[in-house]
Order: sequence, then structure tokens, then C-alpha cells
Amino acid sequence: MKSIVCMKRVPDSEARIEIGSDGRSLNTSGVKFVMNPFDEYALEQALLLKEQAGEGQVTAMTLGPDAARDTLRSALAMGADDAVLLRADPPPDGLVVARALADAIRGREFDLVLFGKQAIDDDNMQVPAMVAELLDLPCATVVTAFTLDGRLATAHREVEGGHEVVELALPAVIAAQKGLNKPRHPSVKGIMMAKKKPLDEVDVELAPSGIEVLDLSPPPIRPEPQIVGEGSEAVPELVRLLRDEAKVL
Amino acid sequence: MATVLVVAEARDGGVRPVSQEIVSAARGLAEALGADVEVIVLGPAGTEATVDGLGAAGADRILVAENGAFGVYAPDAAARAVADYAANGSCLAVLFAATAQGKDLSARCAARLGQSLATEVTQIAAEDGAIVVQRPVYAGKAYARLRMLASPALVSLRPNVFPVTDTPGRGVVEALELDPGSPRTRVVGFERGEREQIDVTEASIVVTGGRGMQSPDHWALLEDLVDALGPGATLGASRAVVDAGWRPHGEQVGQTGKVVSPGLYFAIGISGAIQHIAGMRTANVIVAVNRDAEAPIFGVANYGLVGDIFDVLPRLTEEIRAARGASG
Repeated sequence: MKSIVCMKRVPDSEARIEIGSDGRSLNTSGVKFVMNPFDEYALEQALLLKEQAGEGQVTAMTLGPDAARDTLRSALAMGADDAVLLRADPPPDGLVVARALADAIRGREFDLVLFGKQAIDDDNMQVPAMVAELLDLPCATVVTAFTLDGRLATAHREVEGGHEVVELALPAVIAAQKGLNKPRHPSVKGIMMAKKKPLDEVDVELAPSGIEVLDLSPPPIRPEPQIVGEGSEAVPELVRLLRDEAKVL
Repeated sequence: MATVLVVAEARDGGVRPVSQEIVSAARGLAEALGADVEVIVLGPAGTEATVDGLGAAGADRILVAENGAFGVYAPDAAARAVADYAANGSCLAVLFAATAQGKDLSARCAARLGQSLATEVTQIAAEDGAIVVQRPVYAGKAYARLRMLASPALVSLRPNVFPVTDTPGRGVVEALELDPGSPRTRVVGFERGEREQIDVTEASIVVTGGRGMQSPDHWALLEDLVDALGPGATLGASRAVVDAGWRPHGEQVGQTGKVVSPGLYFAIGISGAIQHIAGMRTANVIVAVNRDAEAPIFGVANYGLVGDIFDVLPRLTEEIRAARGASG
């Protein structure tokens, strides 16, 4: 069972976002970066499938700057066998990223390519399905359950109001959603072993971006907060405000 | 004539209401670009009878491709059909709803067409003939303004953001033949959620419970409140209670859950972590109930109430039921 898990280095979800002095990028000073949380589910699934099969290979892959090496080391510590850094600054255009990943995946031997369903920085939610189309592979996105029977996979896709049950034959692409599994924490032994595992670094030339970032701005300011009162005695006033002032009841 | 193409969404036997929002947004864009609004609808036999609202929302032409293969969303079949049609040379933009289906389909079409895609867009306009969009990034902790450099530009629009306009008498319906090919991803079933309720991204009112609810057994208090608020209301959950296994992850609101923009949002027993606020700060009106007066959630709430949930919630449910009953 050979899997390639594509991941991204992103600001932690608890990070405060400050806009840089150019007005178009993030001020990254003091920001903690982590493996994109959804990618942890993808990696865990690849590790589980390898364990179930009793043999195989899990390759962690990312497109990112030198610092994205840390993300790959985390993946190796969790149990990935090897890692590939496609060195480039991730552009705002998901298609450019998808093309670079597809080029790197093509020619490798694999049964499954796994992603997190979206990266929590640009929230594009487009690269997994694009890579599948570029490689001409079947694909299920937003996957919360995954089982394998020989070469036939069954996946649950989260949609509004429930889950679609889809079947697809390997090789395939899946994008993991929270709930798919419980990602493991790296053990001390895993962290020690990660340092000895192969980590390839390749400089990649990206196609020009089809999207230009004009500017970044902070979210709209919310109205001045108001404390209506304390305890159940304040409830009638709250309901009056919701009905007469906010007009939402 | 140049066109702005809308890919409507049909599910469970008909066109979904969100498609009208996208058509109305397309109308505004098309007028700025001097283009027509064309809508493409993929569905099983009988879909044509459900497209009425699209003309009134602003479509000039509604092209209905009926085929058994489009009965349920077959991702590769739909992508092939839509991309083949959008490659007709007259499309300036292709617009989708940023729903589960629209996000999957738009990415596939973008790859097939070799054109870039902007997702979950909240504003769209034409500037000097180019399409410029605004979209949230970092789950709404910032907004990016982007210029789409290629044509057609592919864009998915966030539901519940663009108002539906009403233009009576518009919209010619035509049948269209599209080839679904041989789909390789087959939908073989559908599992509904445990509680029959609207998805948090689609509800007009969301009642979210956090750690302050103290136990999953206390969710009956929130269910009562949801019932009192009427059929547009639904339950949400904080990351902490989802991670604790109290609630299903499909209900999670926040940066690693769902981003919601309802008209009214109740944060009950939620402290207000940055990742949670990112997921709900675009709600129109926010109400927070928490016993800690210093909780950060009060900083974004239009109305805050400091108190114990067991004291406040039954009274709140009762008063809201009375207020709604009185107003009819």
C-alpha cells in the first residue's frame, strides 16, 4: 500500500493575523506555524492503511519555503517513511500548486494520494480535486470515513444534511475531513527516527499565477458590544432588544 | 454574445434555492460586462419543471441537461459536461455556489479548463473589464481582494451573501445535450444526519453550545431553544465539545469546522477562542451567554448576557416562544 500525503505549513488556528506593511501579505513575525490540521487526518489514514496492509510506503510531500521542512519532519515523526519538499513560495492560485504537485506525483508509484480537505490559511479547498483531474484519477473530497476492499474504496463525503457514500477504484485521490480518524501524536522514538529518514528537496519553477492579490484587509468591524444584564432577570430585556432593536425574531 | 455562465445545483429532485442567489449576482456582473446570463442545470428527467425561479433571479437563458447520469452528483461526469460547455469561447466567467457540490465541481472544472478559481467569494465586480473578487482568508481573520487574470474566470460564491433580485418575465428555457462520459466515482448511497436539521452553513439562526454546557446531557436545553426559534434554526457546536465527542463534527463552527453567516447567532457557554470567532464573526447579530463576564466572546457579541445556563436558558426559550407567538 503506497500513499503520497500532500500537506501544507500554515499559521496555527489560534494565531492572530496581522497584515504586513506591503498591504498584501501576512506579517509572520511571532506567528506559530503548524501542519495544516486537516492534513493530520490524511496522514493518519495513510499510516492506518499501511499498517492494515502489513507493508507499504507513506511519502509526505509539500510545496513550500525552506521552513516547510519542519512540517515534513513532523510527518516523518508521526510515521511517514520519506518526504519531499518542493521548494517554492506557495502562490495564491490553487491551480498553480495543483500543477506542481501533479508533476511531482506523476511517474511515482502509488495507490492513493491523500490531502486535507482544505488548508486553513487561504481556505481555497481546490487543490485535491484539481490534482485528481490533472492526473485523471477518481477522487472523493471532504471524506469522513474510508474503507478498502481489495482495490475498491468506499468513502463517506460530507455534504449539507448528511453524507454521500461513494465508491471509487484505486489508484485514487481523497481529501480528509475531521472525523475520518484520530491522528496519533509522534512518540519520542518517532521524533528520533525522523531525523534519519530521507527528505528530498527539489527546487520547482511555478507557472505564472492566474490570480493577483490586490490587497488584504482586516474583517469588518463589529458593532459596539453591549452587556444586557445578569441572570434570567435580564432575559426579557434581551428578547425585547432582539425583537424591537435588532428585528431578528 | 459574451456570457456569464452560472452552474446551478440540482439535488433531491430540483434546483436548490442557493442557485438563485448566484444567478442574481451574475446578473449584476453581466450588466457591468455587457454580457448575458446563461445558466446550466444538470439533473435527471423532470429537472426542467423546477427551474422557474432562475429566470426571475436574472437569467437570460436556462439550459437544462437532463440525463439519468446526472440524477445524483457524479463528480467526474458533471465536471466533464460543464467544462466541455464552458469551453465554448463566449464565457467571461463561470459562477458556482460554494456548497459541498459547488466547491468540488468548480475545482474539477478549473483543472479541466486550465483556468484559475477563486473560492467562497463574498463580493464580485468588474473593474476595467477584469473580474475582481473579495474573499475571506484565514477563516475570515482577513479579506483578500483578488484580480482574476484569465478568462473565463472561475468563481464560487458563498451562500447567504448575495441577495436574490426579482425580474419577472426573464429567462428562456432550452434543452441541452451533454455527454456525461463514464463516471468513475459512483454515489451508491446517502446517510442523513442523526438529528434531522438544517446544516449550520444554511441556517438563518444558529445556536452553538460550548464547554460551558458542562455535559452532552444538557443539550436538550439547546434543542428546546432551537425549537422555539422556528424552522430556520439549527444547532452548532464548539471545537472543544466536538473534540470531547459530545457532538458530531458536522456541527462544528470555527476555523477547523464550518464558517457561518446566519442572521442570528447564539453562543452559549462559549469562551470565544480566536478560531471560533473566525467561524462566526460575519453573523448579522450575535448573542452570547456565559457566566464569565470577562469571556472574549462578549467582545464580538451585539448582546451579552452574563449568567448560568441553567438559570438563563429555560427562561430564554420561554420568552422567545412568547415573543414569536405574539408576533405571529
